[in-house]
Amino acid sequence: MPVAKSPPSFRRLFDDIGTVDAVGIVERVAKYGTRSVKKKAKVFGLRLAVTMVDLTTLEGKDTPGKVASLCAKALRPHDVGEIPPTAAVCVYPAMVRHAAKHVKGTAVKIASVATAFPSGQAPLKTRLAEVRAAVADGADEIDMVINRGAFLSGEFGLMQDEIAAVVEACGAATLKVILETSELETYDNIRAASFLAMRVIRPNDFIKTSTGKTSANATLGNNQVMLEAIRDHFLATGVPIAMKPAGGIRTAKQALTFLIAVKETLGDEWLNNGRYRFGASALLNDLVRQLEKERTGAYQAPWNFSEASEGY
Amino acid sequence: MAKIISKTNPARELVFGDLWEYDAAPETADPKLKKRYDLFINGQFVAPKKGKYFATINPGTEVKIADIALGDAADVDAACKAAQKAFTTVWGPMPGKERGKYLYRIARLLQDHAREFAVAETMDGGKPIKESRDFDLPMAAAHFFYHAGWADKLPYLAAGRQVAPYGVVGQVIPWNFPLLMLAWKIAPALAAGNCVVLKPAETTSITALKFGEICQEAGLPPGVVNIVSGAGETGAAVINHPLTSKVAFTGSTEVGKLIMRSLAGTEKKMTLELGGKAANIVFEDAPLDQAVEGIINGIFFNQGHVCCAGSRLLVQESVAGEVLARLKRRLATLRVGDPLDKNTDIGAINSKEQLGKITELVKAGVAEGAEMYQSECRLPAKGFYFRPTLFAKMSMSHRIAREEIFGPVLSMLTFRTLEEAVEKANNTPYGLSAGVWTDKGSKILKMSTLLKAGVVWANTYNKFDPASPFGGYKESGFGREGGKQGLMDYCRVG
Repeated sequence: MPVAKSPPSFRRLFDDIGTVDAVGIVERVAKYGTRSVKKKAKVFGLRLAVTMVDLTTLEGKDTPGKVASLCAKALRPHDVGEIPPTAAVCVYPAMVRHAAKHVKGTAVKIASVATAFPSGQAPLKTRLAEVRAAVADGADEIDMVINRGAFLSGEFGLMQDEIAAVVEACGAATLKVILETSELETYDNIRAASFLAMRVIRPNDFIKTSTGKTSANATLGNNQVMLEAIRDHFLATGVPIAMKPAGGIRTAKQALTFLIAVKETLGDEWLNNGRYRFGASALLNDLVRQLEKERTGAYQAPWNFSEASEGY
Repeated sequence: MAKIISKTNPARELVFGDLWEYDAAPETADPKLKKRYDLFINGQFVAPKKGKYFATINPGTEVKIADIALGDAADVDAACKAAQKAFTTVWGPMPGKERGKYLYRIARLLQDHAREFAVAETMDGGKPIKESRDFDLPMAAAHFFYHAGWADKLPYLAAGRQVAPYGVVGQVIPWNFPLLMLAWKIAPALAAGNCVVLKPAETTSITALKFGEICQEAGLPPGVVNIVSGAGETGAAVINHPLTSKVAFTGSTEVGKLIMRSLAGTEKKMTLELGGKAANIVFEDAPLDQAVEGIINGIFFNQGHVCCAGSRLLVQESVAGEVLARLKRRLATLRVGDPLDKNTDIGAINSKEQLGKITELVKAGVAEGAEMYQSECRLPAKGFYFRPTLFAKMSMSHRIAREEIFGPVLSMLTFRTLEEAVEKANNTPYGLSAGVWTDKGSKILKMSTLLKAGVVWANTYNKFDPASPFGGYKESGFGREGGKQGLMDYCRVG
């Protein structure tokens, strides 16, 4: 009699955490879009969203000057109307020290992508050194990418060990673990990767959808799968994990719909920027524009908002 | 399975509070209501012969909306004669492709007037505006579009055989989906070449009579569609009139039985779509969050006023505790209240009488020792409302596990094996629908052959399509609505 092999790793993991029905997820998130948020509730939601933005620039052409204007925008999104600052600015490691000159000591945190963002295809030693350098330069938060190759080949231990090593390299900095959902492809995989990450990170560390560097980024669907994973992990262990959808959220209406998903899935304790963020750039100006519309009763032209270059 | 699941600590909970409360978001489209609605006979709105009217109220506010004509046997007779005349002179001889044009026109007009009809439907019946707007109206239009396409293709309906219309068809519809049930009845009847006399439910006549206005706008020949509002006796007159050669009824099993008795020995054809007590079966390998979403949709859609509502939840014992915990958590985010508010998930119970029936059955459940859980939402002071309710720790012999409640009340039972699930699911006089939740495709196929139900949904619930036939087994009735099979029920097949 041949001895039965232990079941393959994905099978074991799904037996543990359960699976996701894609059709059901799509149907669930469609209902968030039918919620009607008006008046005071709208202003509350828009302001909340502003405080949750990680205002991002991740380009090869980034310069100290570009980072300086990003920081100014994050600190003071608009010249009138008492709009709160964003949660953070998000830059490449080489730009952290430039950002620090402008926002260190303010409410705006410095987040830095690290670990050979966006592919993660560098030796672990190099990736950890990058994290340490960013933290040493003043990064309050590190956005890392998981080893998708390890995950997809079923080497979950390797994937988790690497995350654990980054946690250690972070020291006091908050960690955000980017799953790169478009490369995981299925909702089942997104749930699985969420759990693997959540089991090795600290309370109020983040899981994050994507780098923004692939064709598909944050969607209501993958946001929902990750929120449900966070909920199940919290109810089972008591460890609250935070969430950051990134890429593709450009309009205030979209941001409100994502927040409705948070409100109805995780409840009030996740409706703050310690537990929920938006990785975005164009979104901030649309939020400001909608807030100004609520304040003044009229929409204003794009050129009334600083840093407006695209989107309308 | 699922260690995660068994580790859930009940003391740790999420907070669904009022940190970010939605403001009121009432739908403001004009329903274009009249103060008084007359009968729609022979293309005209006419006063009932005896001149009697009754009030229809908004169940969400208990405020009177309009006076509705109370038709009697004489009015029904006039309607049947008008229908017969239209059948022999215009509609019967008309080529199918011409009839199809009228049906397309009606479908498009329903789309044009969708918001107006949705508001009227919600005011008269109590269902949330998001359902009348996103489900009832689009589906009603879809049924007319679908059947419009059939009108000129009837020779292909039954291969090698001839089909012909019956003539005058009598139809009596319920109050849970007033306009949609009208569409399910009228669209196939007209496509097949019949003329109709339809009696809407007493509490929800407005959209049916507004449909009369659509018929006028579409230029439908007088007498092809006749709407006679009224009470139970009006319906009986439609069913028993000698000119109606086929009758179709959707409603309670009790009334269905009366109709069968009264028609015994006549040559009338009939189709009945009656009650249900559907089993929604959750296996332990199901994706639990999506199953919970489907359970909620299955029982709380339209306040549970759905004949195919998944009112008996059968959960495999190993995940019963977890499913119950998830259901309670989901219940906390359901919004009950003003049906016209766009954020309302559960609206008003259709009538005071129905609210009384639901209350009585729920009391019986508590008295029989079942464990009850209700959501803690605030209910409006005026109007007929009932909290979404769950019953656990109960058995198949409880009254609430056997009788159709037709309200937002879910009864949860457990099972151990597939055979036990099938046995419990089929242990009912009804057989309209069922749901199966599992990650395993072969289990779905097996269950679909073992369950004695007209519709079996897999990993979803309450999905409808005009092309898909709908109908029941046993005391849930006979005949089908929708699809080729539904259309055949409006044809003589020679």
